[in-house]
Order: sequence, then structure tokens, then C-alpha cells
Amino acid sequence: MSAILLAEQVLNGLQSGMMLFLTAAGLTLIFGVMGLINLAHGSLYMVGAFAAAAVAAYTGSFLLALAASIAAAAAAGALVEVLVIRRLYARDHLDQVLATFALILIFSEGTRWIYGSFPLFLNIPPYLSGPITLPGGIQYPLYRLTIIGVGLAVALGLYGLITHTKLGIRIRAGENDREMISALGVDIGKLYTIIFALGAALAGLAGALVGAIQSVQVGMGEPVLILAFVVIVIGGIGSIKGALVGALLVGLTDTLGPLFLPCLFGLFLEPASAATIGASLASMLIYILMAAILVWRPSGLYGVRA
Amino acid sequence: MKLRYLAIVPAMAAFALPAMAQSDNGPVRVGMITTLSGGGAGLGIDVRDGFLLAVKQAGNANLELVIEDDQRKPDIAVQLADRMIQSDNVDVLTGIIWSNLAMAVVPSAVAQGKFYLSPNAGPSALAGRGCNANYFNVAWQNDNLHEAAGAYSNDAGYQNTFIMAPNYPAGIDALTGFKRFYQGELSGELLTKLGQTDYASEIAQIRASGADSVFFFLPGGMGISFLKQYADSGIDLPVVGPAFSFDQGILQAVGAAALGVINTSQWNKDLENAANAAFVESFQAEYGRLPSLYASQGFDTANLLLSAMDVAPVSDMDAFQAALKAADFDSVRGDFAFASNNHPIQNIYVREVVQEGDIFTNRLIGVAMENRSNAYVEACNLP
Repeated sequence: MSAILLAEQVLNGLQSGMMLFLTAAGLTLIFGVMGLINLAHGSLYMVGAFAAAAVAAYTGSFLLALAASIAAAAAAGALVEVLVIRRLYARDHLDQVLATFALILIFSEGTRWIYGSFPLFLNIPPYLSGPITLPGGIQYPLYRLTIIGVGLAVALGLYGLITHTKLGIRIRAGENDREMISALGVDIGKLYTIIFALGAALAGLAGALVGAIQSVQVGMGEPVLILAFVVIVIGGIGSIKGALVGALLVGLTDTLGPLFLPCLFGLFLEPASAATIGASLASMLIYILMAAILVWRPSGLYGVRA
Repeated sequence: MKLRYLAIVPAMAAFALPAMAQSDNGPVRVGMITTLSGGGAGLGIDVRDGFLLAVKQAGNANLELVIEDDQRKPDIAVQLADRMIQSDNVDVLTGIIWSNLAMAVVPSAVAQGKFYLSPNAGPSALAGRGCNANYFNVAWQNDNLHEAAGAYSNDAGYQNTFIMAPNYPAGIDALTGFKRFYQGELSGELLTKLGQTDYASEIAQIRASGADSVFFFLPGGMGISFLKQYADSGIDLPVVGPAFSFDQGILQAVGAAALGVINTSQWNKDLENAANAAFVESFQAEYGRLPSLYASQGFDTANLLLSAMDVAPVSDMDAFQAALKAADFDSVRGDFAFASNNHPIQNIYVREVVQEGDIFTNRLIGVAMENRSNAYVEACNLP
């Protein structure tokens, strides 16, 4: 295995981790502040991708498409929070899971009703397409580097928001003691709507960014949702820092596992069965990682709640 | 005047003939279980629409159709099949897209004396020892298009191909099928996760492998993702695959990234025969989109069934079996016959993805395999 291949795979792991972070950050915020399990987070990711594809087809501008994905997902998030989610905070987690699962079905069939069953077209803009040569002779797609950059920017932005703004203070306060901050005169309902819309907007942005290199279709959010839950459990529920570290861990494991495991098994098995067993074990690897971390730290890497 | 009159006569005869030939063999109840919601819905919708078009054109009031959505879930497909057999009293089942669903439904349906006509899934388990006189596959045996891709790779002179497919039975069958005819070396062999959407890691391995070409089987959204990412990676090795990743339903979503890609198929819209020309035109007129190979399979399945209904009553099982096996219908694929294990003997063609105006589509560029049957005929004990 060459150093170039390894370096490229590490970049791939970082990139997929950054995309996971965008989805997981919203999920962990919503869970941390409101104590809500939102299964429909993947649907907001899908809404972002579809909005981006529609706007890109209409205007031809990728930046407008990204803006539309953020706006549409935030609007859908705020709407859902006001109409449905608001009634669920006081209920137990089973009710939340049932209601947000129903939202997945409504979003999926609603999207199919509007856009049809065939995947939509959304492509990388010409100025971001093609590979560039990095130091060391690594050929790497510019778009994926851009994604890493966007992910880092969002992580920094969220850090600034949470630690240095009034909204961030309220979010942190909401996580710690929501009765107390509502007693201090903070409109907790409005705060929840804003947080929900913010989480949705991040998911929508991720959906649009990923949609350009994957396929924009109904049901695209559910596989991501599962990974995002793994990320926030690893990182510790409610912690943005945990979401970032967890996302990068999952991204790197998921990328490097399928590369190394078949080679590893190839040392003592014949190639065909090494490939099969390696591939099967590689797809379990992130769950093994999650289990190991939970044994070591039951509330996740940066979890605050016991 | 006289010329125009002469032209009308054959046209009238053509209208009158089917009506006269349509002997009344009593009603046939057909249950269609297919995927109409969820990620794979495009395939099921195309099969259904092709089937409905043929039924509409035939105007045979004896065919009664029930359509249900399996949501791509084996348990739901089994429930639907049970209900159709027990309370709807269907005689014929059809429609299933996915091999794992077919394996859950077909064996028990044919064991209960029902007919099953597969418009898509053709798992090897139902072609070999598990074959049945009441089970007919109108599309292909699963390995066929991959075998043709292997044969094409030989013709194209590829010596060192990188192959990959998802890690599930049809994916493993795909790699087996490809290797059955491909004679060169393999620079790498990968099994990806089913439903995987990011192929950065695989593409990096292709780049590092020193391959001279790539064969992949990634149906539906997986193929869209792979092709877009592959095109963006800057690797320009030729790509070969079965038609499933290049069907009409998904090409628009892939866009220019698929241009020039070679794929193997038993059908294409520019295949020259009268039945196909009429099918492509009427499908577009009816639904406002180009037909995919799935639509052509649905259309052929309905026409096969209609042809058998004209010859024998469904209640006479032996006669109806024989009528189906005769395959006396105008397939949009041209020549079409059943091998002894009730799977097609047909040409597999080579297609290239091209752009016509704003539409991405395929055109035929050659034949990969002529009159290809399948590798499981010997294992099946049907006469």
C-alpha cells in the first residue's frame, strides 16, 4: 500500500467525517437542549438536497442552491417544531420516536408526491470540479477539499456562536436547566424553535453538499441518520465538540476499515474469502468502535450527563 | 384514392385480427407485487407502466389486475402474496424487482399451483435446481448482463480489470458472472456495502491498482453516486457495467458523468424491430418519458401472458404452461425464446451512453453475446 493511497484515504475519511459532523451537530444540539430524539433529522437533510437540486435546475447557480438548501431546511425545521415537535417535549422518548418516525414517512411520500420517484440531478459547479494536485503528488478532488473547508468553517462558527454570543449562552443554559432560564424571562419556546431551525439548516446544508456528489433521491437521509446517531453517542450527547470528534472518528474508521481489513485477512486467508470477510467486518467496524467507547466511557467521549 | 383505400384494408385487418383470434378462455386474475415507494420505486413504476401499457393496447377484458406496493421489503411482499392467493384468488403473480423478495415469494406461490412471471429478478437459485414449471423469467437470469460485460471486456482487449459490486447475493452473482467469461487478469476485487453512497475510498483504490479498466455493478442510487464521484476524480479508465446503472430513469441524475460509458443490456430503445418501435413511441405518448429497460420487461411480461391467454385457459395448468413456454408474442427484444429452465435465450447487446438534445440515453453499438441462455440450464430438471 502506497503512502499516496493512504494519504488520499485519510483525506476521504476527514471529508466524510465533516459531512457527518454537519448532520450530527444539529441532532446533538436538539437532543442536548430539548431532550428530544428526532428521527426526522434525516428528512431535513433530504429537504435540503431536494431544495438545492430544484434551485440549481432553475437558476443554474450552485451558491444559490446552497442558500436555498439552508433556507428550506430551516423553514421546514421551524414549521415542524411549531406544529408537531413542540407537543412532544413533555412526553417520553417512545412517543417522540413514534411521532418523528411518522414525520419521516410524511416527508418521504410528500417529496415523492412533489418530485416523483426518479432521482434528481445536482452536480458540482465547474469551478469546483476535477482533481487538483496536492503536495506529494496526491490527486484529490477539489470539491471534497472544499467540503472539508466548509465543515471546519461551520465547526468554528458553531464554537463562536455557543461560547461568544447571547444565543449561545441561552443554549448552554437551556442544556443545564431549562426551568431556571424560563424563570429568568427567556422565551424558551422561541429558543427551542431557533435551535431546531439551526439544526435543520445544518442538516440541509449537508444534504445539498453531499447531494452534488451522490444521488438526490427519496430516502437518502435515513442511512445518514443512523451514522449521525452513532456519532453523537460516541461523542457524548449534547456536546458539539463531541460531535466533531465523533464524526471524524467515524469517518476515518469507515473509510480506512474497508481498506485495511481485507489486506489484514489477506495475510492468512485466500483473496476471495479475505475480501468477503474483510468487507463484512468493515461494515461492522463503526458499531464495534461505538461499543468499545461506551464500555470505556458510558456517556460518550465528551458527555456531560451520566 | 385507390392507394389510400388499399392502405386502409390492412390496417382494418390488423384491428380485426386480434379480436377474432381472441378465443374466450375465461378470466385470468393477475396479482402484481412491485416496489412503488421508497428508494427503488423508479424500477417498480417502470415495470408497472410497461405492463399496463401492454394490457391497455390489447384491450383484453379477461385480464383482471391487482397491483400492490411491496416497499422493497420481503415480509410485506410475502403478506401481499398470501393475501392475493388466498382472498383475491389470483392465478398469476408478477412484478417483483428484487431477488431477495423473489426468493421469499416465488417458491411458495408456485408450490400452491400459481404461475409466476418475473419481469426482473432472476436469482440463480430459481434457475437451477430450484426451477419450476410454473415459474417463468421474462427478463434475464441474474448473471446474464454481467457475463456479457465480461465477454465485452475480452473483445475490447482489457487485460487488467478492477471489479466491484455490493456485498449481497446479487452482487456476488454479478462478479461470478463477469468472471465466467472474462479472460484477463483482475487488478482488484471489491465488495462494497449495500446502499453505500460514498465511493471515495474505492476510487482511491482503483487509482492505486494500476487497472486498465473498471467493471462495476451498482444498481440505482449507488451507481449515480459512484459515477459522479468517479468522473470528478480525474481517473479516465474506461468503465463497463450492466445496464442497471445506466437505465433511463437514472441517467438524467448522473448527467454528463456517464457519457461514453459502455454497458450491456438485452434491450435498448433503438433496437430495430417493429414491436420495439411501436412500444417506444406509445410509451412516450402515454407517459411523457422514454421507457427504461424495466418498462420493456414489464411490457414483454404482459404480452407473454396475453399470448398464453389466447391459447389456453389458465385453469388447464399443463396447457397454460405450454402456451407460456412457446413464447408466441412479439417481444420488443426481437427474437425471444425460453430455455428449458424457463429463462430467456436472447441476444445481449453493448450500449453506449450518449446525449440526444437535453436527454441522456443509450445507443446500441454492438452485440456482446448472441442467443445467450444461462449457466444453470443443466442443473434444472425441467424437460
